[in-house]
Amino acid sequence: MNRMMAIVEREMRKFFRSPALMLASMIFPLVQLVILGNAFGGKIRDARLAVVDEDGGPQALRIREAFDSVRANIRTFVPVYYDNEKKAMEDVRNGKLDGAVIIPPQFSRRVYEANHPQVAVVVDNSDNFMSSALESELTDLVTSLNQPTVEPRILQQTALQIVELYPYIEYMKYLLPGSLALAMFVSVMIGGGMLYIDDKARGVHEGYLVTPITKLELVLGLNLAGAIKAVMTGVIICVIGSLMAGVSTIFNPLTMLGLLVMIILTSLGFNTMMFLLMVRIEDPLVPRAMFGILNTLLFFPSGAIYPIQAFPPWLRAIAKVDPFTYAVDGFKCLLLKETTLAAVWGDMLYLTIFATVTLGIAIPLFKRTL
Amino acid sequence: MPETYAIAVEHIVKKYGDFTAVDDISFNVSDGEIFGLLGPNGAGKSTLIRMMTTLIPITSGRALIAGHDVAQEPDAARRTIGVIPQALTSDLDLTVEENLNIYAKLYDVPAKERKRSIDELLGLVDLTKWRDAQTKTLSGGMRRRLEIARGLVHHPKIFFLDEPTTGLDPVSRVAVWEMLGNIKNQRQLTILITTHYMDEADRLCDRIAIVDHGKLVALDAPMALKASVPGSNVIEAQFENPPADWEQRLHTMDDVTSVQHEGAGMYRILTGNGSRTTTELVEMAVEAGIAVKSLSVQNTTLDDVFVHYTGRQLRDELQKAYAFTMPQRPGLQP
Repeated sequence: MNRMMAIVEREMRKFFRSPALMLASMIFPLVQLVILGNAFGGKIRDARLAVVDEDGGPQALRIREAFDSVRANIRTFVPVYYDNEKKAMEDVRNGKLDGAVIIPPQFSRRVYEANHPQVAVVVDNSDNFMSSALESELTDLVTSLNQPTVEPRILQQTALQIVELYPYIEYMKYLLPGSLALAMFVSVMIGGGMLYIDDKARGVHEGYLVTPITKLELVLGLNLAGAIKAVMTGVIICVIGSLMAGVSTIFNPLTMLGLLVMIILTSLGFNTMMFLLMVRIEDPLVPRAMFGILNTLLFFPSGAIYPIQAFPPWLRAIAKVDPFTYAVDGFKCLLLKETTLAAVWGDMLYLTIFATVTLGIAIPLFKRTL
Repeated sequence: MPETYAIAVEHIVKKYGDFTAVDDISFNVSDGEIFGLLGPNGAGKSTLIRMMTTLIPITSGRALIAGHDVAQEPDAARRTIGVIPQALTSDLDLTVEENLNIYAKLYDVPAKERKRSIDELLGLVDLTKWRDAQTKTLSGGMRRRLEIARGLVHHPKIFFLDEPTTGLDPVSRVAVWEMLGNIKNQRQLTILITTHYMDEADRLCDRIAIVDHGKLVALDAPMALKASVPGSNVIEAQFENPPADWEQRLHTMDDVTSVQHEGAGMYRILTGNGSRTTTELVEMAVEAGIAVKSLSVQNTTLDDVFVHYTGRQLRDELQKAYAFTMPQRPGLQP
């Protein structure tokens, strides 16, 4: 016990002596939270949409008024008026515009005759996100135009303003559980992976191995030290991230307790997994090379940045065993859904089992000799 | 009942696949002895030390440390030994005292005893006023002294040092030697030391074992080893364009026991009578019309002993050509 704690003591003293390393493991997930949260969270704004009015009638004017109201309010697109359909199409093709709306000749007449009036939309579908945003915005517009009893502009204004209130923070909140899990993963990757292999290569372990420390004490000491570092990172990111993303649930004492348990179990699960991966590695370059792969393999399928329900079956299978998935789910429940502990006990159980199993495999693989 | 040695190594072998790093080595080290292991890089010294200190499994044979078989009772062996590995492994971020404290805890030294032992050791290695300094602020020699103290926190009986002075400047080396001498006297230690500095081995060691290609090629006290080399003087002479049979002709001189051509017209001649051979050699060169570029006469040193037993010098550039490439653990060697 004393000997195990000596290992932990050494790691902790080193950890607090090199604050740069501590910060490094926290800054990356925070930067990701801010950048991804803002980059992906927003709606399309100021797309350039050509409007070619070949009709010129009163119904075409209604459409143009509706477009102008979009420009004045939600600003999904800015209408650019063209006289010439050919020129507009050419500009869509060479990228000057993101799409074009063509109001054909005789449009107004067809509206009055109720003879299938049509407006053509040409979109640059090489950018899926942009084209579907334009399509949906235009579909909404056409739908509201088709309901003459309702005042379309007023309805639009109210409806759109609700979306405008938190366009960015919503996605940032969604990202927060993932960033929290990622922060702990980075901490484990540095503290439990890279530093562990570096110590091995520098001969620090040789120093341990000539002492009477047992294999179990050594393994538990190393894992405990790695997990403690991850817990500290997790707690700090949980507080900073929640404040940044405007998540107020952390002030609820019961949620706080649940978060702490989740952070501890996630840290243990991640660290034992990393220890198992590193248990027979000698080359200090390996953990560095593995960092990117593990990050992609474990973080992205976890539902941290995109819902698992959108994944193909093989990716869902990865998500199913990935400890990240359970960590993200647990944090999501506690931070965003304000659920009780009953909703996350399954995640806690999985992480506990995962940590026990990985450690159970790693201990016999750990060599007490060089 | 045979005498219990501090270290008894019996027919020890270490194989890495087909490569035999240590090949059937046996020796005993008595209590209180300073025992030197000499050999070029890759000769098997570190492998031998690692087997004796329970770091790597022994392929065959056995090693007894204070009577404990390292394969059967590794923990008992570990408690009686202190080990200073070749690489400097103290934590640079921690202070001198913290480094010592953590190792004392790894050895289960009780808290009270820890404080006393660390105070004493800091005095012994002359680091008392640096106890709160971060290790990264210390010089190489001071760090080595810290490691020596670290290896002694649990009062071991037997102390293993793997190349303790490699990479140190001459002043620091002498300081380390003196320190080791003092510590040995105060603590009744048995010391096993590896080195490739001949002067160090000559000065420190009671007995020396020379290891080459994983085999023990010589083992005796430094004086006895020097006496065992035929010829009491070494002449090193460099000639301008010597003929091909020059080596044989040098051999025919009186009292000459061995001649070695070291390239570039340089010859190393062992002789029983330095002055006579020198005269004869100069006369022979004049007669043959060969200019003598340089000439030196020395008493036998451990270097000569080494050359005699291994057929090569301990100089690094020469080692490179001969030394086996031992399967290294990546990044382990500095």
